[in-house]
Amino acid sequence: MYRARVIPCLLLRGQGLVKTVRFTQPTYIGDPINAVKIFNDREVDELAFLDITATREHRDPSFDQVRDIASECFMPVCYGGGIRTVDHARRLFSLGVEKVLINTAAAESPGLVTEIANDFGSQSVMVGVDVKRDWLGRQRVFVRCGGKSTGRAPVPYAREMADRGAGEVMLNAIDRDGTMAGFDLDLIREVSDAMSIPLVACGGAGSLAHLSAAVAAGASAVAAGSLFVFAGPRRAVLINYPSAVELRAAFPQVATS
Amino acid sequence: MVVIVNYGLGNLASIANMGRKAGETCVISDDAGVIATADKLILPGVGAFDHGMSNLADRGLIPVLEQRVILQQVPILGLCLGVQLFGRGSEEGTRPGLGWMAADTRRFQFPEGSPLKVPHMGWNLIDVAKPSALVNHLPPEPRFYFVHAYHLLCDDDADVMCWTTYGYRFASGIQRRNIWGTQFHPEKSHAFGLALMKNFFALS
Repeated sequence: MYRARVIPCLLLRGQGLVKTVRFTQPTYIGDPINAVKIFNDREVDELAFLDITATREHRDPSFDQVRDIASECFMPVCYGGGIRTVDHARRLFSLGVEKVLINTAAAESPGLVTEIANDFGSQSVMVGVDVKRDWLGRQRVFVRCGGKSTGRAPVPYAREMADRGAGEVMLNAIDRDGTMAGFDLDLIREVSDAMSIPLVACGGAGSLAHLSAAVAAGASAVAAGSLFVFAGPRRAVLINYPSAVELRAAFPQVATS
Repeated sequence: MVVIVNYGLGNLASIANMGRKAGETCVISDDAGVIATADKLILPGVGAFDHGMSNLADRGLIPVLEQRVILQQVPILGLCLGVQLFGRGSEEGTRPGLGWMAADTRRFQFPEGSPLKVPHMGWNLIDVAKPSALVNHLPPEPRFYFVHAYHLLCDDDADVMCWTTYGYRFASGIQRRNIWGTQFHPEKSHAFGLALMKNFFALS
């Protein structure tokens, strides 16, 4: 049995976890270590932690915080936020992180993706591709937490990152973030068709059906925030994750033989 | 004493961390003197085959590993790239491996148009191939986290501890006497990995 990975994507702001809507309005969720302990019990496939203020504050990654988090993680962990040098990546790997997510720095100095891939292998480098429509209605890749357009269309940008050595692309539809209204399936289809590396779809998941739709559209893995930190129509904070049985039912198994 | 061999590759902290959870203090070391006194060894590794072999050689660790593992038969557990280094060599590189196992490392090859991506990244099941202390008493439906583009091919199926299927069946765990290895990452595989690591620490 081999199925698409299902990844809670957790946002760090200072010491706490938050959840955003369209990359704004951060709602406090709780303590990251407590969340990790619950996700350990639920035996999650993988976790992603993104520090959403590091780049904005021109900060390095919070290495002490990463150490505390990683030492509780008995599943693969990806960390993103403020990574600008190979040495940042090296320190994160030495603390027990498996993958780094490069977003703003990938656009501003794309050689970094290649350098990290050369030293640590492609499988350790994920590039974040945050997409929203510009004022002309065209889908464009944005960096700096959605604050700045690169002017680039998602497909050639993602393909370039794959060519530069990225092992995975995390494709995030900013306009869907926190809405729980479903993924941008056309965007997923377009980008996954254009590259051979795994695509992790993010932005909009509100149900297990949404996750399986994203996989059907070409995603190798799906990430979600709200779905795994809120429950009920009033979005009460409740860290949750489907059981292995529920996941098996939700996803068609990849034919492996 | 369990020593995690530090040769500059691999997620040493995660392995030590899982060791701690399993109730075992693991020492991370690149010192031949420390390795010479270990009563169990873990050879981790993430990265390219030639890089792994040259790092072992540059640190002068091959003679002490051979002495402990081959002559004195101390249990060793190779993880991911670590287990591939036990073989004769890899399609990924040109350097010979340690040559402890009659096995070669091959890249996943799928027919044109296959939907399967390389690397094999994610959780997959194992199928126990032979009774082996490491895979005893695992929780039901044991699954493990994999991330690899290459896998071992053993000359003799008797060396295979467990199989996994991804496109085709490959050896996801091997064992020959005191030499053990898994292609997957038990240190990142929740209760399943914890049980396997506990089994390794309990070997005498």
